[in-house]
Amino acid sequence: MAVFTTISMYIIPLLLFVILFSAIIKQVPAYETFVEGAKDGFQMAISIIPYLVAMLVAISVFRASGALDFILEGIRPVLAVIGVPTEIVPLAVMRPLSGTGALGVMSDLLDVHGPDSFIGRLASTMQGSTDTTLYVLTVYFGAVGIKKIGDSLKVGLLADLCGIAAAIFFVTLVFGSM
Amino acid sequence: MINWIWMTMLITGLVFAMFTGRMEEVNEAIFEGAEEAVVLCFGLISILVFWLGMMRIAQEGGLLTLLSKVMSPIIRRLFPEVPKDHPAMGYILSNMTANMFGLGNAATPMGIKAMEQLKELNGGKDEASRSMITFLAINTASLTLIPTTVIAIRMTYDSENPGEIIGTTIAATAVAVISAIIIDRIFHWRRMQRARAK
Repeated sequence: MAVFTTISMYIIPLLLFVILFSAIIKQVPAYETFVEGAKDGFQMAISIIPYLVAMLVAISVFRASGALDFILEGIRPVLAVIGVPTEIVPLAVMRPLSGTGALGVMSDLLDVHGPDSFIGRLASTMQGSTDTTLYVLTVYFGAVGIKKIGDSLKVGLLADLCGIAAAIFFVTLVFGSM
Repeated sequence: MINWIWMTMLITGLVFAMFTGRMEEVNEAIFEGAEEAVVLCFGLISILVFWLGMMRIAQEGGLLTLLSKVMSPIIRRLFPEVPKDHPAMGYILSNMTANMFGLGNAATPMGIKAMEQLKELNGGKDEASRSMITFLAINTASLTLIPTTVIAIRMTYDSENPGEIIGTTIAATAVAVISAIIIDRIFHWRRMQRARAK
């Protein structure tokens, strides 16, 4: 475990060192170049606000109204048939929608079932193995002004489904079933 | 499509709240959601400013070109539309590398930069190009090597072995990325078929 914490502690400083080293070799005026590039950052963050407000308001309204729970109740029995623990369903549905929401659901699952239980391991794997599709889509496309998203969302959500199925499969394979 | 999803979530939520009597919660949710979004964006400012500055140095110093040269045999197949030494390649690669090491914060600015370059390649249209869809699909599947956040949370819940999920996470993430690429190809193929039929 200590190895991983050490690695992740060193990655960023090491990366910065390599970048600065390349600037010395190529004789790039590092400070001026940094400031020049950094100027875009503020504008970029501000331009994302409307997209993210729209999306997060819709998601939190949907969740607070009880509509999400209603849908979850509906799919639970279906999943129980194929051996998927129903406790995991809220996380699977929340993961592509909201990063903070999913983190909350996962923490709750670890708290209730314990991190070393089947559900705890499954929740951890699911959380780590996929990203919040709607967030990535909103931020990346919002920042550069893409309005027609084509098949992006469909591809993203279908891949999420595969990722979730894979998480269930591998956790059952490695740690045994519940 | 995003328009539909957005409208459906809002309208379903509002109508549902009428029946379940959760109007008060919904009222709160509207403002909480908006606040969360703005807080998120403000948190992004520091990260975006810092990493875009660093990335500019990496670009001028030739690191991005070097990275894309080394990795291009693999990545070129994924993004056939992107020319070999185009800066977009470098950004795509640095975004993927940052994601792999769980540096989500550092990955976002590079991802946005990559999108910007891809948009330019597509003639600045407000339409998602084939490469953009591929890039997004790989991103949402999130190629992870070390799920740092998850390990940290497992520690706080006194797991006996917080890192034991690294193996299953890598396996699941690999399947997710491969499926993303395959699904993306299928959708691209369908688009081509439809374009040909016209």
